[in-house]
Amino acid sequence: MTSANDLTTKLEAVDARRRWLLASPALLTIFLAAIGPLFIVLAYSFLTPGDYGDVKWQFSPDAWIGVFFERDIFDDTLSLATAHVDIFWRSVKLALITTVATLFFGFPTAYFMATRNERSRDLWQFLITIPFWTNLLIRTLAILQIIRNEGILNTALIKLGMIQEPIQILFTDTAILIGMVYVYLPLMVLPIYASLERLDFRLVEAGYDLYATRWRVLRKIILPLAKPGIIAGSILVFIPAIGAFVSPSVLGGGKNMMFSNLIELQFGQGRNWPLGSALSITVMIIVMAALLVYVRNNSAKDERHA
Amino acid sequence: MKNTTISDDCAVDIRAVRKAYGAGESAFVALDNATVSVRENEFFTLLGPSGCGKTTLLRMIAGFDYPTSGEILLNGSDITSLPPFQRPVNTVFQNYALFPHMTVAENVAFGLEALGKPRTEVKARVAEMLRLVQLEHLAGRRTNQMSGGQQQRVALARALAPQPKVLLLDEPLSALDYKLRKEMQSELKRLQYETGITFIFVTHDQEEALTMSDRIAVMSAGRILQIGTPREIYNRPADRFVASFIGETNFLTGALHGVANGKAKITLKSGQSVVVNAASDAPASGDVTFIVRPEHASVVEGSGDLRGIVEKVVYFGTDTHLHLRLSGGEAFTVRQQNGSVSGSAVEAGQAVAVAIAEGAAQVVRA
Repeated sequence: MTSANDLTTKLEAVDARRRWLLASPALLTIFLAAIGPLFIVLAYSFLTPGDYGDVKWQFSPDAWIGVFFERDIFDDTLSLATAHVDIFWRSVKLALITTVATLFFGFPTAYFMATRNERSRDLWQFLITIPFWTNLLIRTLAILQIIRNEGILNTALIKLGMIQEPIQILFTDTAILIGMVYVYLPLMVLPIYASLERLDFRLVEAGYDLYATRWRVLRKIILPLAKPGIIAGSILVFIPAIGAFVSPSVLGGGKNMMFSNLIELQFGQGRNWPLGSALSITVMIIVMAALLVYVRNNSAKDERHA
Repeated sequence: MKNTTISDDCAVDIRAVRKAYGAGESAFVALDNATVSVRENEFFTLLGPSGCGKTTLLRMIAGFDYPTSGEILLNGSDITSLPPFQRPVNTVFQNYALFPHMTVAENVAFGLEALGKPRTEVKARVAEMLRLVQLEHLAGRRTNQMSGGQQQRVALARALAPQPKVLLLDEPLSALDYKLRKEMQSELKRLQYETGITFIFVTHDQEEALTMSDRIAVMSAGRILQIGTPREIYNRPADRFVASFIGETNFLTGALHGVANGKAKITLKSGQSVVVNAASDAPASGDVTFIVRPEHASVVEGSGDLRGIVEKVVYFGTDTHLHLRLSGGEAFTVRQQNGSVSGSAVEAGQAVAVAIAEGAAQVVRA
């Protein structure tokens, strides 16, 4: 009896070891690519900046204080770091506007695609994904060519006599928005398309049959059923938009900073890696908290419905 | 409000409606020259095999499709080109098409809310409808957590709630199992009786059509072949297709010699002759096809109308089918009721005489 028991325990131990061994590539990847770097950033945020970048291995909470407060050069008193708050709000604002704008342009596009016949749908999907094949920087520089003062847009408007002087779009928030909307639009279109493609259009007919006008059918049937796609698309656009780097630095001209430009500044000219690390973690926590609240709210609403 | 007698007033008038997809020679005609008048309070059935155009016609009454030519009138006013949300007509869809993101009550309220009814009225009407289909206890349930029969009832309540002039039902029972289907058939009849609404019902099930309808339009390949009561359609089919699609039928051919008072004498290949009903538009002479339902024929002593040899005897419990070979070589089936327990004396190989019930033989268009 005991020997049999011993054998099972031994076999179970071998089995367990084998399982860990087989899982190790996955675990290693997760650790090296996700959790590990995060810990390094976290650790750096509690160290002292080195003289020429890098860090000195010396504990210091200064970076975290620097995220929220600025120290007066003369009397050392702390006051709220309004510059950081401003940049943070700019980022949130621009990311939100980008999300709303991509939704505005993306929903009709996705609806159009989902209502084509099955063979041409693949073609439309392919066309939507084509921009992904071009480098982000090149696409942003192309936008720059279009909207700069001597660019196609201003030249065309002047030739048409609609304006006398070129409109200054480049190096404004509008320029950043145009760039971001253009770059992130496919990320909004594809998830909405995926949920609309699954939509049973007999439900739309049922809506019309029950006296709902086109607007009412859209509001009461199509939009609620496309909600998972809209949420997925909004998250996919909002998160990279809040951390966008290329659009603000190329189209915003460095004056109109977003959060990632601020972080980049700390690692570059600022030579304050701990502050850069602390800022990175701050924005990550805020985005995660916002998402959690959003998801929690949404599932609660669904449960109340059920 | 309740008015359960069928009046002569026309609820839906379909005039020479044609629907073609594509143009010119290659056009596919889904519906050709369909003319039907559905009466007020009638349970009217469009019956035919799949692809006969019955669903196309229903969709045009609902407003999901528009005719290529012809017109559709509702209580005398032309609705041919109105969008579906402007027609006082509601549909029960084949797979119910219930809104999955809404509760049962919200589904039923949808049409009333779209019509802009005040909230108290909507609430009262929803409660009334759910009582009508016996689903009050499930008002707060999501529809995807319900059985097929329950979903069917929700679909009915939802379509009846706005009190449509006409209710369209597109094969609503086809997704249900046999027992549930029987149950819903009588349920539908009850609902039609209680609400006094005109029902237009689409089905490919001839038994369903016969048991439920006040009148039936039999369709095939985009054409309406015959319109009539279940009795007329079954006993007096005008057309070979109608006769074969509904019930079992023996087809016989013979030479016709003149029609008088709706009767004609037909001589079969064997030389025997039968008196048949013939419509006034039947050909005055020549070879014609006529039908005899198996239950309208019986094996008799003596001479009878036809002679033949029994090839096979099949016992069905309530009745027995005798498969005969007539003296002219035609196959012929007789259905005999098993009225007594002692059983039929007829056996395979036996020569028998067959009598056809008075007025049961009927000439049909080939």
